[in-house]
Amino acid sequence: MPSFPKPKIPDAVVPPPLRKPAKPGSGGTPKGTAPSDLKTSPPERKAPGDKLLDRGKDAPIDALGWVDQRLAASGFLTGMLFRKVPKGTNWFYTLGSATLFAFIVQATTGVFLAMFYTPSATQAYHSISHINNEVPLGQLVHGMHKWGSSVMVILIFLHMGRTFFFGAYKYPRELNWVIGVVLLILTMTMAFTGYLLPFDQRSFWASIVGININGTGPVVGPYLSDFLRAGPELGATTLSRFYAIHMLLVPGAIIALIGAHMYLVVKLGTTAPPWVKAERPKVASPVAQLDAGANGNGRVNGHRSGAPVSGEGNGASA
Amino acid sequence: MADDANKVNGAEEAPIKERAKPDPPGYFEGESMTRRHVFTVASQALGGLAAAGIVLPAVGFAVAPIFHRGKERWAAVGPVSDFVEDTYRQVVFTETEGIGDAGKTTAYVRRSSEDLGEEPGKFVAVSNRCAHLGCPVRFVETAGNFICPCHGGVYDFQGKRIGGPPVRPLDHFQTRVRNGQVELGPRYSVTSQMEPVRARDPGEFTGGIWEYLYPPRPSTFPPP
Repeated sequence: MPSFPKPKIPDAVVPPPLRKPAKPGSGGTPKGTAPSDLKTSPPERKAPGDKLLDRGKDAPIDALGWVDQRLAASGFLTGMLFRKVPKGTNWFYTLGSATLFAFIVQATTGVFLAMFYTPSATQAYHSISHINNEVPLGQLVHGMHKWGSSVMVILIFLHMGRTFFFGAYKYPRELNWVIGVVLLILTMTMAFTGYLLPFDQRSFWASIVGININGTGPVVGPYLSDFLRAGPELGATTLSRFYAIHMLLVPGAIIALIGAHMYLVVKLGTTAPPWVKAERPKVASPVAQLDAGANGNGRVNGHRSGAPVSGEGNGASA
Repeated sequence: MADDANKVNGAEEAPIKERAKPDPPGYFEGESMTRRHVFTVASQALGGLAAAGIVLPAVGFAVAPIFHRGKERWAAVGPVSDFVEDTYRQVVFTETEGIGDAGKTTAYVRRSSEDLGEEPGKFVAVSNRCAHLGCPVRFVETAGNFICPCHGGVYDFQGKRIGGPPVRPLDHFQTRVRNGQVELGPRYSVTSQMEPVRARDPGEFTGGIWEYLYPPRPSTFPPP
């Protein structure tokens, strides 16, 4: 670990009571040399406009300072944004943020789609075709929501795969894995309920098949499919029900769980990839030194270092 | 002053031993529950009651449709003379109100046939809902079979499964004749022996132990 020199704090930002007084004779005008050239080159004076500009530049910082004095969030934010990450952190570690970004895209486009969408069995299809054909940029926003949903599902699985193959679900991060699995289920619920909303032939029959698959669970299945349909047949209330689940119930739960998920990521930190070996301490422990001598080749097996070893067993495995 | 107050009718001169500070504060000896505990439990109970008052109606609201059975509907699908014994006639009628075309369903109707061991003089209405996952099946006249386009389910002339993934025969609708018109009523499912049972969703087995594993739903009508 290279050590960085301590950064020099400029005097200007240190409040006067903490500032070191200048050594006598070091700062200021050198003794004996009078500022004789005041007439030829007088010190620059700032124009009133420039002063205003300077104050204007400080205004956002002052405003932020005012908020931070009351919120005391800067410590938390600094800790979160400048937290240490392990060696070997690579592009695969961005899959979680990518999933979060996909969710933000879904939430944003979803809000604007809701402004034009009518969750009624007789009008849903027409409102979607209105969005696609008449609303300016409607096709784009609808397309982002439609394709973005697939992107989010794909990303969440890639993120899950990364976590699994890097062993990042192990102690102490098991709870975060569990929360992630719940988020996966909620995302699938979003995909399922959102699919019905355009209410065209494809979404209608896909939802019928999906509900019937739910119904094949023994004992509770039939009641579950009745619950999803709000009755024995897919009807007017089914669409409202799917809309409410898609739009209010599940997004709220997802936002809350994403908060918990990210809290744990920041709190526990991330794992190094499995191919990055733990660094050996610079000064080998007495046991390791003895051990190295016993092996007779003067080196210690990297994977054994740090583990409590008995001389006998280590010699056999070397 | 404190000493004066402690004297009981001047009987004793010695000051009473200072009472130990109650721990927790406000605790009296012999109490089975501290005052603080009582209030904690009471306020938690009240909070729970308030939460239940909000959550229970909302949950009840959401699950109520499971226990609600709609009105029995009968739809006329054509005069008696339209239907014959040896082939089906496709009819479309509204099964669910209020959702336009999506509420319509298709049935295949014929007269009952004594050759197939059916009670004569009745009408048979077979639903086109596949018993696998609910896709619409089609009656293929040349084959005399019902065929599902989704996953290749095949049913014979009576609607019994003869191939593919479906788990039971096709559903039926109750039939009756009113004013010379054939009318179709509530849907019902059948077992592999063609015994009528309450309507099941596609993918659910019927008959035997399956009647318990896939219990009849309160939202469906009793079989004929």
